[in-house]
Amino acid sequence: MVQHHQHEVVIVGAGGAGLMAALYASRGADTAVLSKLYPTRSHTGTAQGGIGAALGNLEPDKVEWHTFDSVKGSDYLGDQDAIEYMCAQAVPVVYELEHMGLPFSRTKEGRIAQRRFGGHTNNETKQPVMRSCYAADRTGHMILQTLYQQCIKNKVHFYDEFHVLDLLMRDGVANGVVAVELATGDLHVFHAKAVVFATGGHGRIWELTSNAYAYTGDGVAITLRRGLPAQDLEFFQFHPTGIYRMGILITEGVRGEGGILVNNKGERFMERYAPTVKDLASRDVVSRAIYLEVRAGNGINGKRYVYLDMRPEVVNKYAEADGRTTPDGKPYRVTGEQLLAKVPDIVDFARTYLGVDPIKEPMPIQPTAHYAMGGIPTNMHAEVLADAKSTLVPGLYAAGEVACVSVHGANRLGTNSLLDIVVFGKEAGKRAAEYAKGAQFKPLDDDPTAFTREQLNRLLSGSGGERIVHIGEEMKLKMMDDVGVFRTAEGMKSAEEKVRELRQRFAKISVDDHGRKFNTDLLNAWELGCMLDVALATTISAEARQESRGAHAREDFPKRDDPNWMKHSLAWLDGDQVKLDYKPVVVTKYQPMERVY
Amino acid sequence: MLVFLKIYRYNPEDGRTTPSFDTYNIDAQPTDRVLDLLEHVKGYIDGTLAFRRSCAHGVCGSDAMRINGRNLLACKVLVKDLGREITVEPILGLPVLKDMIVDMEPFFNSYKAMMPYLVNDEIPADGKERLQSPEDRERFDDTTKCIMCAACTTSCPVFWSDDQYVGPAAIVTAHRFIFDSRDTAAKDRLQILGDHGGAFRCRTAFNCTEACPREIHVTQAIAEVKQAIR
Repeated sequence: MVQHHQHEVVIVGAGGAGLMAALYASRGADTAVLSKLYPTRSHTGTAQGGIGAALGNLEPDKVEWHTFDSVKGSDYLGDQDAIEYMCAQAVPVVYELEHMGLPFSRTKEGRIAQRRFGGHTNNETKQPVMRSCYAADRTGHMILQTLYQQCIKNKVHFYDEFHVLDLLMRDGVANGVVAVELATGDLHVFHAKAVVFATGGHGRIWELTSNAYAYTGDGVAITLRRGLPAQDLEFFQFHPTGIYRMGILITEGVRGEGGILVNNKGERFMERYAPTVKDLASRDVVSRAIYLEVRAGNGINGKRYVYLDMRPEVVNKYAEADGRTTPDGKPYRVTGEQLLAKVPDIVDFARTYLGVDPIKEPMPIQPTAHYAMGGIPTNMHAEVLADAKSTLVPGLYAAGEVACVSVHGANRLGTNSLLDIVVFGKEAGKRAAEYAKGAQFKPLDDDPTAFTREQLNRLLSGSGGERIVHIGEEMKLKMMDDVGVFRTAEGMKSAEEKVRELRQRFAKISVDDHGRKFNTDLLNAWELGCMLDVALATTISAEARQESRGAHAREDFPKRDDPNWMKHSLAWLDGDQVKLDYKPVVVTKYQPMERVY
Repeated sequence: MLVFLKIYRYNPEDGRTTPSFDTYNIDAQPTDRVLDLLEHVKGYIDGTLAFRRSCAHGVCGSDAMRINGRNLLACKVLVKDLGREITVEPILGLPVLKDMIVDMEPFFNSYKAMMPYLVNDEIPADGKERLQSPEDRERFDDTTKCIMCAACTTSCPVFWSDDQYVGPAAIVTAHRFIFDSRDTAAKDRLQILGDHGGAFRCRTAFNCTEACPREIHVTQAIAEVKQAIR
């Protein structure tokens, strides 16, 4: 049975970007939010360390410094007009979150508390600056809760556990989506004037990841299948500090509070890789340093991990060595109790999953797949772009991790993802509602669910012999080995071949569950198909880029090559073929420079 | 280590209208999460097994289950803390729809009845943040941690027997706003919770506090709300 609905604006995804879009769209248009999860389960809720904004609550800071740090962090691939906009909007949007009720941690004066984070500096002294506005180490949780609460207050219409499988378009204009209702297995057609994609990232294509099971690249895969490009997919961030063998995130805030990284010799090795800001260098820099340490035999006990040490005596020793002071000029010193209050969830994770009390012992960590800088191309108004000439796709918007504005370029700074979701989620909601007000519902095709049914029927009637889990595991391992922190032409070629083979085998998948209610087996299989599409486009985009920039580090092309490669890539998927094109980076006032920390 | 895993199964669509248990012998690591075991069964043995999960590290609140008789998050309890025999069942007091999946609508409806949003339309003239002292912020810190997993509510004997009772999680939500110095609607929420089905249904069994995977002092929060109503 197919059920039909009509809403002026349909938002896909209920994390921070989707909810912020919903709040703003619902003020001007009939709006519905669809999520494959309950909204409060969204991955925004796992973000820990903070949201970046130059409030200057504890020490001098400027929007211009935040902007430059983000441009530099992006390794000069971010579009500077969009970064300027985001960093300027950061200040009012953080106040707006506070007005909505977000329970930020507070300074002695009662203002929003701020902490240091990787890559964020005072541009004059070059030293780390307190820019990350936080609520303990559950800032994302509090953003997600606050936005969901505001949506309830404003009576936003939710369709919970509705999994969107297709985008509907007519004559190049978006006019709806198709979703399966988990509880019944029924297909639903949502006819819309404007569609906002806010579906998050795709970190689950790698073996070791901080990402939720839900992060399967649905949004990018759906738009690729509808003939739209994906931008900068070769840039995927590996966060330096994931829990060893599990990938669970340990916030950079731990290093912001003074934690340091140590190798098997007990050496604070970041001094060699980033002499000025050391452990608070950008994430790509720190992840590579850990890989190189492990490769040089400096992993703890010869294994593939190093220690993140936040024991108070260690924090105090290195704070003294660095001459770190508090805002009132006194030497920076911490107690175990103070650290526990600053990062309580981290202490809990370490105790639960590692059996380690981080106040008394160091934590074993290794880099973990964390964040997609690439995604659906948009401009700074969250409008989706169809090609290298930036032709608009009328009625289609994207925001948050699924989108590539690009404000993160080749490497995102910590705290800029929470900022991205609220700034561009808001923009998407406002723009979608404005557009809907001046637009008519474009008629749907005669059989709008045809493509969705075709995909599901194939999975239900596969010839058998292949299980989802085998294909998924082989993909994750290969992507980790060959399209991970370090890359070579040879490795990526073999990854491409592997992904192609897995896509062929995927056609033979048969699922166990042929029922309708909560058929998570079928939907897991569909998600695997999305991941394979995104993995293929990622690998081919990465093979083509013959330079090292940000998170894309090639051993065979170790240098950044601005004359040839300071440009965004666009990838189209056509059956088994991936077609590439490129478009220039927007430069306003920051000319590329060598990137040292 | 070999683990003897018993999983509750129920799927009326598939003719399994009477709940029963499937059992598996699984070679597990002591550091495996129960969620890893469920994923193993679903991936390698029986794809029809249905359960909710997302973040897999105790933050999103999807996978509250009864594990060896206690309400726990499947992603936050390790094999080594349970021993060789592990029984997994759905949480109690909400209608089971399929295997470990229960109907969460009644739970979220109670949440929504608490006016779960800050009420205060006044914004400082300079447009900046409202001031709040660290002490005032600390006053409701504990209840901001709630992830709405329903482990507390579905461990509560009053909730099992009285379908009018909003349950501990809803009161935790109300507490988070009632004790926020910035909020102006405490009176309205206290009135809602003073009614039948509100805080005084609590019989102080402490099951909720024991069940909370976020270690929120749930019973204490309820007591503070009761006190504020009086």
